[in-house]
Amino acid sequence: MTDKIDITLNINGRDHAIKVEPRRTLADAIREDCGQTGTHIGCEHGVCGACTVIVDGEPVRSCLMFAAQASGKKIRTVEGLAKGDELHPLQQAFMDHHGLQCGFCTPGFLMLAAGVLEREPNISDDDLLDVLSSNLCRCTGYQNIIKAVRAAAVEMRRT
Amino acid sequence: MTAPAKFVGRSVARLEDRPLLIGKGRFAADISFPGQWTMRVVRSPIAHGRIEAIDASAALALPGVHAVWTYADIAHIPRIPFRLTRLDGLTPYQQPVLADRIVRYVGEPVAVVFADGQYLVEDAAELVELDIAPLPAVVRATEEPSVFDDGLTTEPGVVRKGYGDIDAAFRDAHAVVALELSVGRHSGVPMETRGAIARYDTKRDVLEMHGAAKVPHWNRDKIAELLGRKVESVQLYEGHVGGGFGIRGELYPEDILVCAAALKFQKPIKWIEDRREHLIAANHSRDQTHRVRAAIDKDGRILGIDNEFFHDNGAYMRTHAATVPDLAAAMLPGPYRVPAYRAAAHIRLTNKTPSGTYRAPGRYESTFVRERLLDAIAAKVGVDMVEIRRRNLIGKSAMPYNLALETLGTHIVYDSGDYALLLDKALKAAGWNELQAQLKQRRAKGEKVGAGVAMFVEKSGLGPFDTVRVAVKPSGAIEVITGVASIGQGVETVVAQICADALGVDYHSINVVHGQTDRIAKGMGAFASRATVMCGEATRLAASKLRAQALEAAAELMQTSADALDIVNGEIVRTGGGAGPSMPLGALARALPNGLSAEDTFESTHMVYPYGVHVAAVRVDTDTGGVAIERYVIAYDIGKAVNPKLVEGQIAGGLAQGLGGALFEEFLYDENGEPLSVTFADYLMPTAHEVPPSTILIAEDAPSPLNPLGLKGAGEGGTNPVGAAIASAIDDALGRPGAVTRLPISPMRLKAIIDQK
Repeated sequence: MTDKIDITLNINGRDHAIKVEPRRTLADAIREDCGQTGTHIGCEHGVCGACTVIVDGEPVRSCLMFAAQASGKKIRTVEGLAKGDELHPLQQAFMDHHGLQCGFCTPGFLMLAAGVLEREPNISDDDLLDVLSSNLCRCTGYQNIIKAVRAAAVEMRRT
Repeated sequence: MTAPAKFVGRSVARLEDRPLLIGKGRFAADISFPGQWTMRVVRSPIAHGRIEAIDASAALALPGVHAVWTYADIAHIPRIPFRLTRLDGLTPYQQPVLADRIVRYVGEPVAVVFADGQYLVEDAAELVELDIAPLPAVVRATEEPSVFDDGLTTEPGVVRKGYGDIDAAFRDAHAVVALELSVGRHSGVPMETRGAIARYDTKRDVLEMHGAAKVPHWNRDKIAELLGRKVESVQLYEGHVGGGFGIRGELYPEDILVCAAALKFQKPIKWIEDRREHLIAANHSRDQTHRVRAAIDKDGRILGIDNEFFHDNGAYMRTHAATVPDLAAAMLPGPYRVPAYRAAAHIRLTNKTPSGTYRAPGRYESTFVRERLLDAIAAKVGVDMVEIRRRNLIGKSAMPYNLALETLGTHIVYDSGDYALLLDKALKAAGWNELQAQLKQRRAKGEKVGAGVAMFVEKSGLGPFDTVRVAVKPSGAIEVITGVASIGQGVETVVAQICADALGVDYHSINVVHGQTDRIAKGMGAFASRATVMCGEATRLAASKLRAQALEAAAELMQTSADALDIVNGEIVRTGGGAGPSMPLGALARALPNGLSAEDTFESTHMVYPYGVHVAAVRVDTDTGGVAIERYVIAYDIGKAVNPKLVEGQIAGGLAQGLGGALFEEFLYDENGEPLSVTFADYLMPTAHEVPPSTILIAEDAPSPLNPLGLKGAGEGGTNPVGAAIASAIDDALGRPGAVTRLPISPMRLKAIIDQK
């Protein structure tokens, strides 16, 4: 269980060759072994969604996936959303609509929304609400997050 | 002369957002130091028991495990002291850093393991064998007091408050309304769990703790005291904080343990709480049962209220001591005229997680009780819920209104307010009359729909002081150094807005420093909705002083009088746009031998009292006991909103937490004191599905006379009356006044109420 194995995590287009225990979660590997601390851990049992990242195009709870399972796959985290200084439409919309307060859940919501809007750019408001209800936020009361994601969806369809 | 407001009152974008959006936050778990050891707490699995033996040999045998501590290793460290509302007799109930012979709740720290890395330290902690002989657990705070441990009783104290002739009020009453009401145990549960990272710098002889929040200066002073160090040799650093809500940032055993271990082992020590730990170890709150009576006249006017209640504090008295029951006792009268009042708050210990404050502490509970009482009085005299409130409200002409009660070391004097006006505004925003007509029609068709109203007075802006230092850096950047803390509420932006207007600069040019004990000698932190009021006014004072200083110095250099100069967008110019040379503030700072900086302090001995109205409309599903919220309106008068969008954010977020306590969230225990709500699958927090859109009306009809900007705090009014408003609406939907007596109104409880009839 504690013998380490060699894996390669491709995060935001960059390969990280790391040695991890087979039991190491993807969330811990991203944060501790690859130094990308933008992905947050809120519950470690797959409910809160703070650790959501995109693996091969799908939003996943990185606390429920072993790092070894993500070896060789394309992982995207919040650090990869902006293009240089230019914020991703979702990031800009969260700022414009006051969709964050403490900011701890924000990376998870951003990656959840990014994954879903890329797959379903024309998602209905009801379906979007279903998707967003899979992550927890304790500060905003959600309405500004919903507004921000809807606004970003419009912007993402336009560009 | 101060420039007209350019930033205060506007919904400008937050300064905080960018790093948080791009993954560059610095939360506690993001902080690591080379060579650090990881700490894991071994917690009691038993609610009440005697520690017979602790065997750490198997844990210590694992390679990479450095040490295991039990009580004997920290016996020299005093118990965790009280920060607020000390009461005679409570001290023996303080919590030790590790359990001393007896364990009193599931989750109590019994031992700590230090090892290389999180996975190993968790393996090792599992190997620490605890031999604990169980003792009977106390799980009900309403039972007669009994012996707890060491000759201590389960009732460490009773908070008594009152005024007027309460016996005469009941003797002369036309009628008496009596209720028993309970609020369930729940808490803030921020998305970031707690964390603390300590390291000792031998060269400087400084102990550092990172991951501080809420009250870094007080915690610094106490850590120094408990560990026998000079205050200046301990420094606390606040990074990003993933939500506070009252519970995060209090001084907990784990904070002391990482600091003591960093000193002892001369290694950086990192502790990050997991979610299960958080739900059984961080402060709980709200668990209270009231037996309340109102004496009324024939029109339903209140003659007196007798408020006896039982506060289930859990197993130890933590930093808040008697704060929550004290506030519940003091704030119960709310916006109504209550000629005679008596409160007896029984602080009771049980074998559950200890408690502290949670957003609107004592008021979420007392508003639920008071507003249930108003609804019951309305039913008793046969008038509607709005009319009964109008009859009892304190009038505008009575302001300032001395309640003749004290709390948090201050006299309660409502500083300003027009409660009836705000009620009118809230009802108008809710379309109350049309709503009533619609509900009536729908009820006639068999739907269980109804509306409720709840009113409340909040408190905010607790002193006694805040100090702020404003400096112009040689680059022209402005630095505001404060002793408050940021828990995600947007304090950097709000303070920058106030500073920008007072000084004459763009708010973007301002960097607000908070939560760093090595940057400012004293600080009060962020609690009791105090930051905008206290720090905001201190900022205005310091920035105004700096402005005068800058104009004075510039006048000399520019050979004119200070009156002829103004500061616009960081540039010293001729007043009224007159022609002549100008000078950026940065250049002036560079030209002066001592630079440009000013410090000032705002002192306040009284709190300020915002007030509000919530209106809820709900539909009850009689098959499932589910509650759908169809409309929710909040009107909140906070005197002056520095940034309306952030105020709305505070209110909307507060509502979500209030709904959690009203409908979903509860820390349940079995008869043996075993906690049943230890994951997010059992402790149900509202998601985007459960929190409805709301209409938020920010009113500024009653600016506070206690500070020049008229500020009152906005942090807790979204939460305060939610349980009360939802209960009122559910009663109305069922057509059964007084049906709801206990929060949360879970589907199971509501179904039981529905099936009772």
